Amino acid sequence: MTELAIQVRGLVKAFGGKSVVNGIDLDVPKGQVWGFLGPNGSGKTTTIRMLCGLLKPSGGEGKCLGFDIIKEAEQIKRQTGYMTQKFSFWEDLSIRENLMFVARMYSLKNKAQLVDSTLERLGLQHRQHQLAGALSGGWKQRLALAAVTMHTPKLLLLDEPTAGVDPQARREFWDQIHELTSDGMTVLVSTHYMDEAERCDEIAYLAHGNLITQGRVQDVIEQSNLVTFSAVGKDVRRFVKPISEHAGVDNASYFGSALHVSGTNRSLLTDLVQQREFSSLDWHEIKPDLEDVFIALMRDAGLDKRSYE
Amino acid sequence: MSTFSRIWAILVKETIQMRRDRMTFAMMVALPIIQLILFGFAINTDPKHLPAAIYAEENTSFTRAILDGFENSNYYEFVQQIQDQSEAETLLAEGKVAFIVHIPLGFTKQLIRQQRPQILIEADASDPSASSNAIGRAKEIVSRAVAREFTGSLSYLQEKAPPIDVITHQKYNPEGITQYNIVPGLLGVILTMTSVMITSMAMTRESEKGNLENILAMPSRAHEVMLGKILPYVLVGMVQTTIILSAAKYLFFVPFIGGLEVLLTGVLVFIVANLCLGFTFSTIAKTQMQAMQLTFFFFLPSILLSGFMFPFRGMPNWAQFIGEILPLTHFLRIVRGVMLKGTSWTESANEFGILGIFIVVVGIIAVSRYRRTLD
Repeated sequence: MTELAIQVRGLVKAFGGKSVVNGIDLDVPKGQVWGFLGPNGSGKTTTIRMLCGLLKPSGGEGKCLGFDIIKEAEQIKRQTGYMTQKFSFWEDLSIRENLMFVARMYSLKNKAQLVDSTLERLGLQHRQHQLAGALSGGWKQRLALAAVTMHTPKLLLLDEPTAGVDPQARREFWDQIHELTSDGMTVLVSTHYMDEAERCDEIAYLAHGNLITQGRVQDVIEQSNLVTFSAVGKDVRRFVKPISEHAGVDNASYFGSALHVSGTNRSLLTDLVQQREFSSLDWHEIKPDLEDVFIALMRDAGLDKRSYE
Repeated sequence: MSTFSRIWAILVKETIQMRRDRMTFAMMVALPIIQLILFGFAINTDPKHLPAAIYAEENTSFTRAILDGFENSNYYEFVQQIQDQSEAETLLAEGKVAFIVHIPLGFTKQLIRQQRPQILIEADASDPSASSNAIGRAKEIVSRAVAREFTGSLSYLQEKAPPIDVITHQKYNPEGITQYNIVPGLLGVILTMTSVMITSMAMTRESEKGNLENILAMPSRAHEVMLGKILPYVLVGMVQTTIILSAAKYLFFVPFIGGLEVLLTGVLVFIVANLCLGFTFSTIAKTQMQAMQLTFFFFLPSILLSGFMFPFRGMPNWAQFIGEILPLTHFLRIVRGVMLKGTSWTESANEFGILGIFIVVVGIIAVSRYRRTLD
């Protein structure tokens, strides 16, 4: 069996009696990139904070890097890098001063050299004396990643690191993450982007504090038994209402000029496609994407928006 | 009119925000009430019942009448009897009494012989406003008291106007210069203001901006964070002290009789006490705004009840009790004592001890309240 970097059972967190995370089990093997997905408010940030000792769990138990998450939070912190959702380095310190601060906090050896090489790796040597607050969003995020990995942690927790970052910067960011894991680092990264989810070794999907599914992207899609048809044609928009009300249709949404219709019951969907009413449209089956799968999963768990009305 | 609509929009938004910040709202309502009651009843610019010591080398009906007269005036309250002059010096220096009333040997005999005997009043005049009224009454008190005794065979003495010389000796600040008292006091006030406010704001700023989450995610202990945060401001306080002391010497010509080492130690202890308090405030306040309000909530009584602005002994007992809790009260005694009276280590030991206790208690509260998690 592979060694686990994170192993938690029944993790619960409640704030003022309101449960935000309701008993999560996680097994994250070492050296993997683990995607943490789920809508806003699903408990991703809370879970990550519990893993690195920033929040005390209300219930459950677990280990990170072999240390108890409740009793040995300090040991976990020493070997973990945590990149917060919001840029949390000092905007009124220069880039170099921020990195020096981190180097000192972890009492790293050869601080100045380490900071120099980090700046070089970032390509920020010529801007090292600028205030961090003057950096653009993409650069801030790069600086933050460099800062939280300077002490070569064994576990890296990234909370929506690429929110609001342009596609090129995102791609570079992910290349860096994979580079880091090749050195044996385990990465747990939360995201809203489906393309990023597909770059992960495994993903876990969280909704309203419950872990709905976890596994490899391919397996998650297959296990969902979701069937998706794409409809293209003139006046496709006219058909949205009748199609989404049709039996077996869990979700119908636009992708450009095409309408993606998905559901878990293949025979009902096949009926729909063959109906004369919709025969003016050009139908063909496509591979369901992760987003469809998640929306279907939420529906199955009774957690979609409609169930709250 | 769209102008009014926009003014209204902003007004409504501000009101909602103000109401939602419960601490600010509570401060706005509670603060004036508390201050009104506290300061309205506590402040008294005509202090009475000032502690005094009797140094009477005689005990006759005259001396008893005079001492009764002092007590009945309500300005003087005899708390101690002493036997020699050196004891008097110590009591005054330590601030245990404000006056020494000295009736010398042979007083009664000289009085009867119309030789104008003397009564000596040694006063702690370091705070002119505290002692001046009592001193001003002394002569009248004495002459009235003896007049009542001039009966029968002694009634001839009634004719002669003032048969007794009341000599007041205003120690420590003989000219009654207000600056001598205020400038050393300002050192304490300025240090309080900056130390408490700077630390509480510096801490809350980090939690407001999200930096705190970053620090907490790194390995650190409460005392490491606390010391790291506090020490730079100790230095700032020392710089301020240097500036104020230089101004006191070269601008206000305030005398400096005692030892600099006593004063600087006092400054250091006082700064640390205030920084601990600022740190504690930062664990209570959620925003910089709240931290500032807490600082002011603390700052006002510090100014008004510590003896900085109004005579400490003029306040009722309950207000003096509150005053005794404030570090500024004790620092004022140290700094005024050292500069104006030349008090030594031993004479200030009491104040140092109380400041030490304050640091320990508040320090423990600060460290225990400091959250190592975001809970």
